[in-house]
Amino acid sequence: MDIHALQQIVHQTRDARRKQTIPKFSPTDRDHLIHKYHPDFRASAYRPIKFGPNEGDKTVVELATLLEGDSSIQDNADLTPQYSCDVLVIGGGGAGCAAALHAHHAGAKTILATKLRLGDSNSVMAQGGMQISVAPEDSPVTHFIDTLKGGHMENDHALLKVMVEEGPSIAKWLLELGVLFDRQADGNLHVKKGGGSSKPRLLTCSDYTGLEIMRVLKDEVINQKIQLLEFAAAVELLSDGQGTCTGAIFRDLDNQRHIVVAAKSVILATGGIGRLHIQGFPTSNHYGATGDGLCLAYRMGAKLAHVDTFQYHPSGAVYPEQLIGALVTEGIRSEGGHLVNAKGERFVNELDTRDVVSSSIIRECEEGRGIRTMSGRVGVWLDTPLLDAEHGSGTVEKHFPAMMMQFERFGIDISKDPVLIYPTLHYQNGGVKIDTNSETNVKNLFVAGEASGGLHGRNRLMGNSLLDLMVFGKRSGLTAAGRAKSMKQGALTLRHVQQFRAEAKKQGNASGVISPMILPAYTRKVG
Amino acid sequence: MAQESSENVIDQPEVMKPRMVTIEIAGKKVDVPEGITVVRAMWYAGIDVVRGVGCLGGFCGACATYYRTKDDPKVRTCLACQMAVQDGMSFTMMPPFPARKATYDIQTLQDPKQDLFNLYPEAPLCRNCNACTEACPQKIDVREGVWKAVFGDFKSVSEMFMDCVMCGMCTPVCIADIAPNLVALYVSRAQGAHFTDKPAGLDTRIKEIQDGTFKDEWAKILKMNEEELAEHCATVK
Repeated sequence: MDIHALQQIVHQTRDARRKQTIPKFSPTDRDHLIHKYHPDFRASAYRPIKFGPNEGDKTVVELATLLEGDSSIQDNADLTPQYSCDVLVIGGGGAGCAAALHAHHAGAKTILATKLRLGDSNSVMAQGGMQISVAPEDSPVTHFIDTLKGGHMENDHALLKVMVEEGPSIAKWLLELGVLFDRQADGNLHVKKGGGSSKPRLLTCSDYTGLEIMRVLKDEVINQKIQLLEFAAAVELLSDGQGTCTGAIFRDLDNQRHIVVAAKSVILATGGIGRLHIQGFPTSNHYGATGDGLCLAYRMGAKLAHVDTFQYHPSGAVYPEQLIGALVTEGIRSEGGHLVNAKGERFVNELDTRDVVSSSIIRECEEGRGIRTMSGRVGVWLDTPLLDAEHGSGTVEKHFPAMMMQFERFGIDISKDPVLIYPTLHYQNGGVKIDTNSETNVKNLFVAGEASGGLHGRNRLMGNSLLDLMVFGKRSGLTAAGRAKSMKQGALTLRHVQQFRAEAKKQGNASGVISPMILPAYTRKVG
Repeated sequence: MAQESSENVIDQPEVMKPRMVTIEIAGKKVDVPEGITVVRAMWYAGIDVVRGVGCLGGFCGACATYYRTKDDPKVRTCLACQMAVQDGMSFTMMPPFPARKATYDIQTLQDPKQDLFNLYPEAPLCRNCNACTEACPQKIDVREGVWKAVFGDFKSVSEMFMDCVMCGMCTPVCIADIAPNLVALYVSRAQGAHFTDKPAGLDTRIKEIQDGTFKDEWAKILKMNEEELAEHCATVK
């Protein structure tokens, strides 16, 4: 049967489903479901890391191999710097822009380097919104509790408290820069309810929240004349030989030359790992999400946290073929969209946390209640037309213009036809362990945003990522800038790389790869 | 693994082999599977793409591309990650265009609507050719937006350009050398920073946090042991 014939059951069962309420799982059932179906619990996909700061800790094979990988820089490389600065920010997404703007504002000579263009990132794609407790019935404490529950109680309390308490001042900063958050009739910020949250707390710019924030931040970085190095991929960090970070080496992707930058502090804001396609999953991530910052920090001795847990967003597109892995925003479920299996039944409370919803979708498909496309992929339905039925014609178009356009390009009207979805690799829950100033255990090496770890525990709550970027981007930028005034530039050496190589040799140089990866190898080499 | 039972209602069609189509990439003919995206077609043809790929989700505007379909003289625009190839299609990626971006300090502008003419003096010179609107892959009425900006209707511009991915395809076609996306970005930021109400509730919340309104609640929660905290969390629905 073709996909359109299979869709009919969604239309036929819509009215009956609207009367149903699906209770959330009990804690026991939830744990059972996750342990059985969540990809984080697929033991065969994991192995222990052989050496380095996290020796013996398990992570996915794809990441372990890269962490143990060799540097592309030779021991005797010329380390004469072409640039010197107080604060070197690596990464041009939300965390990188926030870090650079705050460091610059605090008077530090700042360079922002990124391997693609300024702004090319996951941040720009964030559709769901940004969690900040601005509503009168809400509070930072409630935000803290919700996040803790979502993270399976494993979040770093100190990091989390900082994030929820600084949220409102971040909203104010963004408003002053001209970000157009959605408003209520009385002028207050409009808040939407997100999965796993007990109160409406999502600030939105229709379904373009990340794009709107990034348009503004990028513009501000250029207006502030912060020095940019675009198409410059970080390939190694530099140290003073005693474990303090002092700069980085980049490869200019236009001419393949190396660029050495001396810096009093380095802020890694390099984002996540979606393009490693862990366990063969498609991904919602941008082209450069290859975990570069993790490899660089690890070689320098920075400890990682929670690198065994990843977020598989429940709703990645499965059809049409061109959109495989692309995100279908959680906003659809926030506004009441149902998940429906091949028998026309709902099977999970759609507003449960992402790990629970993803696990339940995988369960439906593995137990044979999924829908198969002509290219052999399997998924379940997300009933988008329900939103128009529930809230009036035109709702989908008005609230989700980005998503409407995305599907319209392939001849699909999501206000009339349901969307086929399956979990897509979305986010790295863990990362480089940081303190409340965003600093790692390596002195003067900071990490902000998705590359950092600890804040989100074992499952990030929807809408907490955009806030994470802004809060810890700011903290890293301000701390690094504050330190620069009373500091001298340290020596530039590769001692940490030599030590790492010696360690790798002892382990038999088993990795066989050069890391960081920089870009995924999508170009067909033969044929 | 799938359970073999009467419960299994997955339809099992034969997985289809893709049909190959002939397209032209920057003037060179290649055969690629029908229906893959333009950027995938480049990878399939063995072309490394560094400049020209970003989010791969239709949001970052990195992959601005010109294309033409078979026998049609009209050259159109698309985002390479959001467009499927078809037989006889011809395309080439747009190189970075050296448009001039004005720099400004958004917060200290005195008269943003008048300042527009200092920052972008070319904005009122629009000759109404409508090429910008036709070039927009996001279907924004760009020409209308430029006029609204010039007439000071910043609110409408900010709403119209919420879909703008800054691909810049409106710029090379402008015979008056306007960069409409950059004009709209300035206008939208000015609208947000200068012509939108300050949300009172936000200031209240910031003051509450500064005044330590939640201090007791924090103290209570932060001294709980794991078990107590788990119990407390269970009470929040």
